[in-house]
Amino acid sequence: MYTFSNRLKIGSIILMALGLLGLGVGFVSAPSTVEEAKAMVAAQDDGHGGGHGEEAAQTATADEAHHDDAHDEHVLHQLQNRPWSALYVAAFFFFMIALGVLAFYAVQRASQAGWSPLLFRVMEGITAYLVPGGIIVFVILVLSVLHMNHMFPWMDAEVVAHDELLQNKSGYLNPTFFLIRAAIFLGGWIFYREYSRKLSLAQDSADDNSNFVKNFRWSAGFLVFYLISESIMSWDWIMSVDPHWFSTLFGWYVFASMFVSGITVIAMVAIYLKSKGHLPDVNDNHIHDLAKFMFAFSIFWTYLWFGQFMLIWYANIPEEVTYFVTRIEDFKLAYFGMLALNFVFPLLLLMNSDYKRINWFVIMTGIVILCGHYLDVFNMIMPATVGDQWSIGIPEIGGVLFFAGLFIYWVFRALTKAPLQPTRNPYIEESRQFHY
Amino acid sequence: MASHYEAPIRKPLVLGDKGYHDVSVDIAAPVEGRANRQWWIVFSIALAALLWGIGAIVYTISTGIGSWGLNKTVNWAWDITNFVWWVGIGHAGTLISAVLLLFRQKWRMGINRSAEAMTIFSVIQAGIFPIIHMGRPWLAYWVVPIPNQLGSLWVNFNSPLLWDVFAISTYLSVSLVFWWTGLLPDFAMIRDRAVKPFQKKIYSLVSFGWTGRAKDWQRFEEVSLVLAGLATPLVLSVHTIVSFDFATSVIPGWHTTIFPPYFVAGAIFSGFAMVQTLLIIMRKVCNLEAYITVQHIELMNIVIMITGSIVGCAYITELFIAWYSGVEYEQYAFLNRATGPYWWAYLLMMTCNVVSPQIMWVKKIRTSIVVSFIISIVVNIGMWFERFVIIVTSLHRDYLPSSWTMFSPTFIDIGIFIGTIGFFFVLFLLYARTFPVIAQAEVKTILKSSGERYKKLRASGQPLHPAIQTTTQISQQETGTSTDTDTGDKANDLLDSLGTFNPETDRADDLKKIKGIGPQMEATLNQIGIYTFDQVSKMTSREYDMLDKLTGNFPGRAQRDDWAGQAQNFKSNS
Repeated sequence: MYTFSNRLKIGSIILMALGLLGLGVGFVSAPSTVEEAKAMVAAQDDGHGGGHGEEAAQTATADEAHHDDAHDEHVLHQLQNRPWSALYVAAFFFFMIALGVLAFYAVQRASQAGWSPLLFRVMEGITAYLVPGGIIVFVILVLSVLHMNHMFPWMDAEVVAHDELLQNKSGYLNPTFFLIRAAIFLGGWIFYREYSRKLSLAQDSADDNSNFVKNFRWSAGFLVFYLISESIMSWDWIMSVDPHWFSTLFGWYVFASMFVSGITVIAMVAIYLKSKGHLPDVNDNHIHDLAKFMFAFSIFWTYLWFGQFMLIWYANIPEEVTYFVTRIEDFKLAYFGMLALNFVFPLLLLMNSDYKRINWFVIMTGIVILCGHYLDVFNMIMPATVGDQWSIGIPEIGGVLFFAGLFIYWVFRALTKAPLQPTRNPYIEESRQFHY
Repeated sequence: MASHYEAPIRKPLVLGDKGYHDVSVDIAAPVEGRANRQWWIVFSIALAALLWGIGAIVYTISTGIGSWGLNKTVNWAWDITNFVWWVGIGHAGTLISAVLLLFRQKWRMGINRSAEAMTIFSVIQAGIFPIIHMGRPWLAYWVVPIPNQLGSLWVNFNSPLLWDVFAISTYLSVSLVFWWTGLLPDFAMIRDRAVKPFQKKIYSLVSFGWTGRAKDWQRFEEVSLVLAGLATPLVLSVHTIVSFDFATSVIPGWHTTIFPPYFVAGAIFSGFAMVQTLLIIMRKVCNLEAYITVQHIELMNIVIMITGSIVGCAYITELFIAWYSGVEYEQYAFLNRATGPYWWAYLLMMTCNVVSPQIMWVKKIRTSIVVSFIISIVVNIGMWFERFVIIVTSLHRDYLPSSWTMFSPTFIDIGIFIGTIGFFFVLFLLYARTFPVIAQAEVKTILKSSGERYKKLRASGQPLHPAIQTTTQISQQETGTSTDTDTGDKANDLLDSLGTFNPETDRADDLKKIKGIGPQMEATLNQIGIYTFDQVSKMTSREYDMLDKLTGNFPGRAQRDDWAGQAQNFKSNS
């Protein structure tokens, strides 16, 4: 049995504490009035030696004053959104890792893969995070519905009243239905995770394969549910922060991001456990396979990214292309930096077969991939909620630290609950003898 | 090769009591035997369809594209539907050979050869449509970027249609190289078994001098892996770029970002359905049920079910987002698809592609050969209509209601389509008669881990080499008991089961034609009383054993070389 080492436990608690502090600073320093917001923007502009305020003062006609008021309020909302968005992006990112692992796990079960059963307990440990992660994301969504923030413009009745497009969507985009969907999806994912885990543990003490067969069937069924729920979840939780924009590919694009992040974390946790002397039967061949998946799905992610970007850029239809215009104008570094982190780095680092077997190398590449996909989620949310007021500062880093700490704490605690290697999985011997 | 461990609960991939030699014999059989009547009947029908198609193409080119059913509003319909349909079918081959190779799916080895052949043949059909649509196919080289002074205008690199030229020609060449690489050891096997000099010559040429040295195998495996790595992005790229033909436009119903992966899923879906159709027939006609098992059919059905579900998910996504977008044109395009004058095509597409594969969730259905065959055809009908729906319904009601119209194909349109189906089957039928239709070299690599014979031996704790054991037993017996009087009795026993040779009515055959029989062995056989192919062809393992006891030299050789099978061929040829 694995025991959660004190060092790691304390480390994760420190991360959580630092993260809470950062998030707290973010929330406290957010402006509460238009004046404060103006002052903050002005302070920033002074820093950059800009003259936004002067120009505004010079051309103060009545009409533009009204426009300025609207603009100022908009800036206020953006600045108020910032700590919320930082919280939401980090919460979703770590939740998405667990969900990606769950999908990968279900695929392994449904396809009766022979190489991976040795890693099942690692995957089950990571998916344990679905419960706290899912609850936190759900709470954030509930708080958004309660108008604690302005991340989802369509939740604001005032906004909808002046927007015919949003009125037409209100049959789907309305707070009640939104929360019902979220609850159903979270319930379904968590149910499959808990039930499959139960069957997986029961298989070890059983004397036939009935648990294994049941698990196979539930996994196949789960994948159907996942195929549908994942897409709808991504429209709801992410795409609807830009409620006018739409892309049919969006759900699968988010899937690619979550899948590759999940696989990366499986590799990282497995390598960590191995370095501590656990998982004796997991060898470089298994790491090699995981690294191949990291490589392949990084390219798959890029494929979908390119497909979505290129088609919208090429057709240049105004209501669609605004999405990328915002990102390229206001988020240039974050947006194209993400592309480098998610595509160029994994492509070059993991191209060589031998490098996929060097554990520390896989960890380093994994860190790059995770940074890249955090940025991906960042770029999906921030342009809509924070706009050009974005930055990666105390609240954002605090969010990441807090959820990283929680993730580590919860996952490694879950790993102590059962032996790290399944014993009676019918494919366990294949996995043990697996050779690339 | 020490075989990789395989969990006992995995079902065997090669059924029956098949050893290495049986694999060679079974897979060489269709090539070495003669075509039966059914083959000739089907071939003649396919050839007739091809000739009709050629007629229709000649008519199109000499008369002009006006002979097609296209009109000003629907200016792209039948030809592009067929093009996309054929390219899509051509997807399964590379998926099976490359992606499943990377995923180490051993079951691919029963089906990859035919799937790749099918890929190449269907891509050829696809290529026909854009070339004849050019109107002047002799200028087809103008799609290649060549300098202006050679007659063409420098090509438009902004056009997805040009990207298509590159994507499909790359795909065709890589698939061809991949296919042929895998064929080398198998051609060599047929070459080594060939008896007639002409066949031997041809198969030595096409096997590129394969010798079967360790170095050959090492290079072979390396090349296979590299090609698989190269071909995997191609699986995605080809249909992605085909989807760009539509999705880069601003036509409602065409411009949607989900097109690239959804076209790829649809292509794999239809490709697997076509593989299923062809292999269900082939396993029966060529007696390959031991290699293309019900499990193979089941697994292909599962792939069809998965890709069908992905396609279904994409249809629903498109519908939903069309509503969600709030874009009226987009909404109308989908409303028109479902309820407009082409509602029947939409319904057909939905039923065939989304509903029908879902019955594969039932194990009884997906292991039923008849149902699998029917569904595989239904799926390809559905996939044809999918392309028709996407292309025609988006065009026939454009932004200007006064130009709204319908599309109806002419008999020329239909003739060309039928012609490509004929051409496809002509190629496939020729392939089935001359190529090793199963990658026997690859099947042999998994025989010990996944063959039923070896699985049974392993389960009962017996060693995996019983054949060698029995021969040593025999030779021991032989040295102990064989005497002259014995020999006469045994020869009589042997002739009892093979039939005697009557020099007055029968004619002695030249037994030396059989590989493994030299002048000396022929003399020995004649001494026993064996003179004809007919006699040799009746030999089974019992008779081989008796013969081994009589002759004493080269035990097991007659069985290894399959004298009976060879003799059977000569018998039917003479």
